[in-house]
Amino acid sequence: MTIDAWLTAATADAERRGLPELKPILETLGRATAALRAADFNDRANADSPGASGSPSGLGARG
Amino acid sequence: MMLTIEEFGRRLRAREVTSAQVTDECLKRIDADNGRLNAFIRVTADEARRQAEEADREITAGRDRGPLHGVPISIKDLLDVRGTPTTAASRVRDGHIAARDATSIAHLRQAGAVFVGKTNLHEFAFGTTNEDSAFGVARNPHDLSRSPGGSSGGSAASVAAGMALATIGTDTGGSIRIPAAACGIVGLKPSFGEVSIDGVVPLSRTFDHVGPLTQTVADASLVYHALLGDEHVTSPVPLPLHGVRLAIPRGYFFDVLDDEVRARFEEAVGRLRAAGVHLDEIEIHHTADIAPVYLHIVLADAAAYHATTLETMPERYTPNVRVRLEMGRYVLAEDYVRALAGRDVLRREVDAALAQHDALMLPTLPIPAPTIGAATVPVGTKTEPVRNVMLRLTQPFNVTGHPAISLPSGQTKGGLPCAIQLVGCRMQTDALLKVALACEPQIAAGPLPRSGKVGG
Repeated sequence: MTIDAWLTAATADAERRGLPELKPILETLGRATAALRAADFNDRANADSPGASGSPSGLGARG
Repeated sequence: MMLTIEEFGRRLRAREVTSAQVTDECLKRIDADNGRLNAFIRVTADEARRQAEEADREITAGRDRGPLHGVPISIKDLLDVRGTPTTAASRVRDGHIAARDATSIAHLRQAGAVFVGKTNLHEFAFGTTNEDSAFGVARNPHDLSRSPGGSSGGSAASVAAGMALATIGTDTGGSIRIPAAACGIVGLKPSFGEVSIDGVVPLSRTFDHVGPLTQTVADASLVYHALLGDEHVTSPVPLPLHGVRLAIPRGYFFDVLDDEVRARFEEAVGRLRAAGVHLDEIEIHHTADIAPVYLHIVLADAAAYHATTLETMPERYTPNVRVRLEMGRYVLAEDYVRALAGRDVLRREVDAALAQHDALMLPTLPIPAPTIGAATVPVGTKTEPVRNVMLRLTQPFNVTGHPAISLPSGQTKGGLPCAIQLVGCRMQTDALLKVALACEPQIAAGPLPRSGKVGG
C-alpha cells in the first residue's frame, strides 16, 4: 500500500469513526513512514539476500 | 539538603536516626507541598509508618536487610503495589486494586524499603510532560509554572522536593531520564531486560524499562541492585578518572539544543578533560532513522494493549492520549517489521560507537523544563514541538536497549536544572554506574537547591 493510499484510507476511517482530530497526526505518521521506507536498511526482493546474521543489505562492512 | 540513601544508612546503623523519623519527615513534606506539586496520586502514610516502625524494630533486633532497610521510597503509579490501586493516571483503570506486588516492588519490599505512596504520571506513561493525567498536572519543584518532565514527573518531583529519598519510575522513550533532568536529580534506565517489568502497566513491551530516580549515582546503584533482587548489595566503587574514555556523538545529538544546555555541557567537558578523562568526538550513523523507528514500534505496541478499552470506554482517556493511542491502530504490519529491522541497525551502530569507549556522553534533555501548557518551544532559531524535542536524546537508547543514566549538570540563569547523559554497553549497567560515579563530581557543577520555590 502506498503512503498516499494509506493516508486516504486511514483519514476516511478516522472520520467514519468520529475522530477527525486524527487527520493531522496521521499526516505526521505518514511522513515518518515515508522516512522509514526510504531508509537504506530495508531489504528488497530484487537485491542481494540478507546475511545470515540478519544484517541488512549494504551494512555488512560495518561489522 | 535531604539525606541520601547512603547517608541515611550510616546514620541508621549508628542509631543517630530512625526510619520512623525520616519517613515522618517525608510525610510532613508531602503534606506541606503536595497541594502545589501534585506529585502524589495516593499517599500511603499509615502503611509507611507501619513499615518504618517494623524496620526500626528489626534493626534493634539485629536484623539488617541491607542498604534499602527503612528507606522511604515513592513509586510511580504504573507499578503494582499489593492492596492499592494502580491507576496509570487514567480513569480507564478505575476500581483496580493490585492483588500482588510487581516483581521489582516485591524485591524492594524484601530489601526493607518503606513505601510512602504512588506518584503522578502522564496517563499510561504516554507523554513527556505530565500534563495529561486524570489526577491533574504535576509541577516542577524548581518552578511551579514548569513541567517536571515525564512520564515519571510526579516521581522526580517527589525526590527533588524531599518527599522521598528515592523513587521508582519507568522509561519507554526517556520517562526516567527526562524528569530526572528536568528536576535536577539522577535517573537510571538500566540495560533492556535487566529489571523485571512483570506487574507494570505496559506502554511498549519492546522498549519498557524500570529503574530508579535518586539524588546521587551511588544511591541509584543501591536501588538498581535492590530492584534486581540482589541480596548482598554494597556501595559501588568508582573507576579512576584517569583512563576513563568517553565518546561525544556530535551531529544529531547536538543539532537541536538550547544555548544554556549546550554551555553547561561544554563546561562539564572541560572539567572532565582537566581531570584526566579521555574524550573523543565520534559520529553515529542512521540517527535520522531513530524517530521513525521508535514511533512505529511504540505506537503499534501501545495500540495493541489499549485496543479493547479504546473501543469500550474511549471517553475515560484524556483526549491527547486517546488520539495518540488511536494513531497506533493505523500502523501497517510491513512498516512495523521495517522498524524492527531499523532497531537492529541502530543497536549495532551504538555498539560500534562504544567499542573503544566506556560510555557515550551527551545532553539528556535539549531544553530546560518547558512551561506547562506549551505545545512548542523555541530552540536556537527554530521552534520545535515540545514532545519531539524532549524525546530526541533519550529515545535512541530505548530503541537500542543500552543502559543510560542522567546526571544533573548545573542550571540555567533562571535556576532550571540542566543534565548530562552517559550511555554504556548493553548488559553492563554496573560498568556504566562506575563510570558515572567517577564522573559525577565533574559533571555536577555544584549542588542544586532541593526544594526550589516550593517552600516560597
